[in-house]
Amino acid sequence: MSYDNLRHFADSWGLLAMTLLFLTLIAWPFRPSARARNEEAASMIFKDDEHG
Amino acid sequence: MDSLLAKAGGWFALALLALVMAALAVDAPFAVHMVIIALASLIALWATLMRADYQRIARGLLKMPGNEGVYDDDPIRWGVIATLFWGVAGMAAGLYIALQLAFPALNLNLEYTTFGRLRPLHTSAVIFAFGGNALIATSFYVVQRTCRARLAFPTLARFVFWGYQLFIVLAATGYLMGVTAAKEYAEPEWYVDLWLTIVWVAYLVVFVGTIVKRREPHIYVANWFYLSFIVTIAMLHIVNNLSMPASLLGSKSYAAFAGVQDALTQWWYGHNAVGFFLTAGFLAMMYYFVPKQAERPVYSYRLSIIHFWSLIFLYIWAGPHHLHYTALPDWAQTLGMVFSVILWMPSWGGMINGLMTLNGAWDKIRTDPIIRMMVMALAFYGMSTFEGPMMSIKWVNSMSHYTDWTIGHVHSGALGWNGMITFACVYYLVPRLWGRPRLYSLRMVNWHFWLATVGIVFYAASMWVAGIMQGLMWREYGADGYLVYSFAESVAAMHPMYLIRAAGGAMYLAGFLIMIVNVWATLAGKVRAERPMTETPYNAVADRPLTPVPAE
Repeated sequence: MSYDNLRHFADSWGLLAMTLLFLTLIAWPFRPSARARNEEAASMIFKDDEHG
Repeated sequence: MDSLLAKAGGWFALALLALVMAALAVDAPFAVHMVIIALASLIALWATLMRADYQRIARGLLKMPGNEGVYDDDPIRWGVIATLFWGVAGMAAGLYIALQLAFPALNLNLEYTTFGRLRPLHTSAVIFAFGGNALIATSFYVVQRTCRARLAFPTLARFVFWGYQLFIVLAATGYLMGVTAAKEYAEPEWYVDLWLTIVWVAYLVVFVGTIVKRREPHIYVANWFYLSFIVTIAMLHIVNNLSMPASLLGSKSYAAFAGVQDALTQWWYGHNAVGFFLTAGFLAMMYYFVPKQAERPVYSYRLSIIHFWSLIFLYIWAGPHHLHYTALPDWAQTLGMVFSVILWMPSWGGMINGLMTLNGAWDKIRTDPIIRMMVMALAFYGMSTFEGPMMSIKWVNSMSHYTDWTIGHVHSGALGWNGMITFACVYYLVPRLWGRPRLYSLRMVNWHFWLATVGIVFYAASMWVAGIMQGLMWREYGADGYLVYSFAESVAAMHPMYLIRAAGGAMYLAGFLIMIVNVWATLAGKVRAERPMTETPYNAVADRPLTPVPAE
């Protein structure tokens, strides 16, 4: 693959794929079923009984 | 017993090999470094023999597990002490070179103490030695607590600690002897780079191994930040330091890239060292220690995940803003500028997430100096992540680049954000790691806080004035088209600013010395008799029920 091909791939399909991946990753915690999991994860650090 | 012999023999062979390489070295600094490695091997040999605990050998034969009931905190305790030790060294070196800029005679007319050699000593000592030890220590602490599992590979964790200290010693002594790869923040030469790569991969193995054996279903977000820091630093370090040694027995190497490619690789590395070492790593500290100290969960767990992915996806493109108006193609400069400006959003999202964790407990800022430090750290995180994108805009950069404004920006981030959050975490860790009821003195933490804060204000404000003055003087044209000022005139005009900057740095260092005394006394088990930070407000007269008044 020449530099020119790589460059055109990077600013078309590559860019699109990265954008979609990014949007999926940040949308993931917003799905309705994640609410309880998020809350549990956030307060998980207080379960520690040694250095609480 | 056999394994003890093998270990001791191995250390001895390593020491001999290093001495042979020292004898064959083609330049003096390489010989000195090989002698240092030989000495380190002999110290390891001595430690191996002295610690030959025969019960442990027997237990090893029976393959008994270590005590899984308590966390493995020894490397963390060493890491906290190393953080403080290298912090003093690095900050004192910084103060000294700040004074050199005001009084050049302080270079002592020795090659070893010139600004050019002490400057990388200062930057590496504060970033990699002070910051790096703090990151390794806190990451080992946090990953054990949030995974509720002991460190995987305890021996390897100890290797990571001591190997990292050897890297620091080799790098620092190299700078003083003039050994440099001439890449900013990546000055160590090829053999030191190789050593760091080995240590870093071991660090990754210990960290990931601990996550794999976790007892909690979810991996807490602080570990995401730590992991991204470890993985990205490994990638950056390896690519930026690709080079060919001139001799396998000498300290000189040549970079794999040349010209503008080399410059772009360097600043891809340099800016992501800021992004993943000084930002992602320290954010990991923030996401664990701020909620713990405030005793309330992080404001929004979802926001912390957005913060994470945005940093990962955006930071990696921002490097070219270090190369505005250079031979770098224009589109790459613009790309760097645009991504730097976009980065402002996730950075402020993270700052808001940290600050709002205190929602409903803002009174702790008044009563708890450690929380106060954390809030100030977050405030400086916000300020420097606003200032940075602004300076990356080409129009601003055309004036700010190559001036002391850049130095002021770096220090408001490093002293304000990295320094303050590290101090707060060390204050959090010390009583817990050494099993003390509390710190020796909370009032001394308060003194540290104010000395550091006022010191940063002096530092940043003087550098703003100095930088803008430099930028304006350098571009001032007269009516006849000639530059109005010579460069030396702009240097002379800086003298008062340099004095103010050195005063700010001295205050910051003074606060740090107070911290050392405080931690030292805490380790000694002392508790200072002092007035508490807050009184219990109580009004005995008002504290009674309303007496019923009979109707008239």
